[in-house]
Amino acid sequence: MKTEITTVETAKEFGLLPEEFEMIKKIIGRVPNFTELAMYSVMWSEHCSYKNSLKWLKTLPREGKCLLAEAGKENAGLVDIGNGLACAFKIESHNHPSAVEPYQGAATGVGGINRDIFTMGARPIAQLNSLRFGDLSLDRTKWHLRGVVKGIGDYGNSFGIPVIAGEVYFDECYNTNPLVNAMSAGIVRTDEIISAIAEGEGNPVYIVGSSTGKDGIHGASFASRDITEQSAEDLPSVQVGDPFTEKTILEATQEAVKTGALVGMQDMGAAGITCSTSEMSAKGNHGMIINLDLVPLRQTNMKPFEILLSESQERMLLVVKKGREKKIENIFSKWDINCVKVGEVTAGNRLQFFLNHKKIVDLPADSLVLGGGAPVYERESKEPSYYRKTKKFSISSVPEPRNLKEIALFLLCHPDIASKKWVYGQYDTMVQTINASTNAPADAGVVHVKGTGTLLFFTVDCNARYVHSDPETGAAIAVAEAARNIVCSGGKPLAITNCLNFGNPYNPEVYWQFTGAVKGMGKACRRFNTPVTGGNVSFYNQTTAGGSEIPVFPTPVIGMLGIRHFEPAPFTGNGSHGNPAQHMTLDFKNQGDRIYLIGRKRNDISGSTYLYAWHKVKLSPPPYFDIEEEWDIQRVVSGLIETGLIRSAHDCSEGGLFVCLAESAMVRKYGFDIRTDPSVRKDAFLFGEAQSRIVVSVNPADEKKFQRYLERMDAPYSFLGEVAAGKISVDGEMFGTIDEMAERYNNSIEELAG
Amino acid sequence: MKFGVVIFPGSNCDEDMIYVLGNIMKQEVVRLWHKEGDLKGCDFVVLPGGFSYGDYLRAGALARYSPIMSKVIEFANRGGYVFGVCNGFQILCEANLLPGALLRNERQKFTCKNVHLVSRTPDTLLTSLIPPGKALKIPVAHGEGRFYADAKTIRNIKKNGCVLFSYCDEAGNITPASNPNGSLENIAGICNWQKNVFGMMPHPERASDEMLGNTDGRLLFESVLQSMVEAGR
Repeated sequence: MKTEITTVETAKEFGLLPEEFEMIKKIIGRVPNFTELAMYSVMWSEHCSYKNSLKWLKTLPREGKCLLAEAGKENAGLVDIGNGLACAFKIESHNHPSAVEPYQGAATGVGGINRDIFTMGARPIAQLNSLRFGDLSLDRTKWHLRGVVKGIGDYGNSFGIPVIAGEVYFDECYNTNPLVNAMSAGIVRTDEIISAIAEGEGNPVYIVGSSTGKDGIHGASFASRDITEQSAEDLPSVQVGDPFTEKTILEATQEAVKTGALVGMQDMGAAGITCSTSEMSAKGNHGMIINLDLVPLRQTNMKPFEILLSESQERMLLVVKKGREKKIENIFSKWDINCVKVGEVTAGNRLQFFLNHKKIVDLPADSLVLGGGAPVYERESKEPSYYRKTKKFSISSVPEPRNLKEIALFLLCHPDIASKKWVYGQYDTMVQTINASTNAPADAGVVHVKGTGTLLFFTVDCNARYVHSDPETGAAIAVAEAARNIVCSGGKPLAITNCLNFGNPYNPEVYWQFTGAVKGMGKACRRFNTPVTGGNVSFYNQTTAGGSEIPVFPTPVIGMLGIRHFEPAPFTGNGSHGNPAQHMTLDFKNQGDRIYLIGRKRNDISGSTYLYAWHKVKLSPPPYFDIEEEWDIQRVVSGLIETGLIRSAHDCSEGGLFVCLAESAMVRKYGFDIRTDPSVRKDAFLFGEAQSRIVVSVNPADEKKFQRYLERMDAPYSFLGEVAAGKISVDGEMFGTIDEMAERYNNSIEELAG
Repeated sequence: MKFGVVIFPGSNCDEDMIYVLGNIMKQEVVRLWHKEGDLKGCDFVVLPGGFSYGDYLRAGALARYSPIMSKVIEFANRGGYVFGVCNGFQILCEANLLPGALLRNERQKFTCKNVHLVSRTPDTLLTSLIPPGKALKIPVAHGEGRFYADAKTIRNIKKNGCVLFSYCDEAGNITPASNPNGSLENIAGICNWQKNVFGMMPHPERASDEMLGNTDGRLLFESVLQSMVEAGR
């Protein structure tokens, strides 16, 4: 064994706590050598161990009859979608790398989340992104935005997975530290699911894919520290992506899965060889002997800890059934990919690494991993002082403006609300010919699973301003909005994945936000029957302002999956017809169609973009939200869709009713003519963001049936007006033409991003 | 009719093309792996879209040297039908089976969106059923799609009736605003002088399935099938 002496000082330099160094000594019965300590430092980092969040994550609902894997047990969540198929899906952050190197940071984020999906044997079919940037007038923010979008595009476009939905918000709290959350979903046959497991003594262990270099060493530890002005010095912690290699590995692993010769497979993400070997071994209650001399290296003279901690991208660890090696080797050779046997599975639980015939690491595998030996903490929590101030807000403190027309245009051009065309236009949204929402836009992204009568729905949602105002309610709203988007598209919500982006967990006020958000999310997930299948926690997201570190808005992003089954019609050949689009869309279809609001009008502007951005009131509670009311409204709209009584459905979110109507109208260049309600302030009516409100349009011929249905359901609803030719009119006042509104709405981001 | 779809490492629209030809158009389709030296008796070879060899060096520049390309070139030179879409078009230009080159988009950004095309030459295999002046809605998705050739080549392409498609607006007018990438003369697709090799940047296979709410691209495949039947192939 190597005898470099480590001390508590070495441990501290690695970012470990003194008590953690003591734990390690106790576990292994001796002082760890330098390489071993380096391994613990990454595996017990926040990023890999979830040590400050795990206790709370376990309070989330993680069971449901459609789940095929328990949360956190596999690389991604796994949901039964019928026809012998499952959907693997997960969201993950790549915030810290993107803060210092936006292009590569975002690109490798896309690469990493896709490996999580195809390592399970699934073929990725959909990508989503949830992005947060700083104040768009700053050059740094423009650099972040352009780099991140190009990074996501260049990687994903080449890899060949359509981006089907996403969200982008801007706020000064993200000036230093943007959030880049990438979600991927894939389809796998339930009898071909591959687990991240190592078992069967003597089975060979392979590394496939790229060679191992010095890039990304300590990336996991990097992600477990505050982002500060000095973070740029961590640039070597950022990895470089190669989508072409990843694409060939995808195809090769898909072929490998079909052979039945694989025991288990795991991608190498954070903490590279260390993480994949220890997690696979721990999961299978086995050990491994690995000869590091055999690992293909990109450069000479790499130290053992560098090989073990490298986060070089596009690598996978495979355990193959003994005797079937040739079959697997041939597949990777066909695709011109490295495929090198580096060791084998052993009985017992020891993870042993050799270099130059010397044993340099000998550790119990499970002691390294989350749920095994890694520590779990509860941190101190304290209600922040701003929280009481938010409660004091009253609508009466805001004078009712007269220039509503001007405000309407301001909101349509606000970067949180304006079309994200400039962003998604740089992504391939149509490859794989499964994106059903390109030509039939809906509140959620809609994917047709070819060869089945199944549509899958995906959405990512989080209004972080609401969560900041009240973490519990705000997080519940994020779940509710995700479910609402799926319901408005005609789907049934099934399950979620989450990406919890917060500040430093050692800051009690941040921990209070974190625990509140988890509570609210748990409550809403239980109500909507959407269990949590897994996800990711990203702490230490801070922005430097005025010489101090300010946490970003607590941003617990919800990625939700929904489903709809239909009777598929077969293709019969030349010129024949298959199925037309099968989901509900958000666009107005005909002039004269009647526009209704399902839900209640409220005298509420709390938490709205209108209040925050126009009146510059920074502290107010989240908008009105009642989880039971939300549940009822969603059931009503679901029923309206099933009975065929509506022609469009679109939920009210940022920008309120006016923006909702404008978005429904712009698609086909219609206008609308509506009346407000004198019982509610006109600004609240048009721009308030009270939850549980959905705008639908109805064929006049169906209006009576539509009304009878709502009466029978005892549903709150009101008549708003009619779909008009290209003009927008409110209470008879002309607000402008849809063409000029659309022009501003569509081009605002491009003008600001430059 | 037997179609062959070539698969290069990095191709990512191969399965989309196979789905349209096989499942929607109900034709026999075989996969042609780039390392193979055999076109398996296909009547019609398709080079699909994607990022062959990661588009490293230059889109299509490496795939052009793949083993199967010498067979494809031989096949084309004997009059065999070859159709390249997007990256396939780039490869055909690199292989000198089609004139001109595809440069980085004028705005230096990848662009994916629905655009409109009009057929400029009704008497080719690919366009025979497309009504003159009809604007077809077909998506593009590329970073290097700006068609370029020197003035003399452009003149020859036009003189020989080799412009297959031009970008246009919804009404079929060929305008600068409807040009998504800065292609010369709004050129979206061309064929060779002999009219047996075809290339286009837009993706007709992405506009052929009713489930996706747009089947304008199917007219191209229907044209091919009808023409081949008439030609007794």
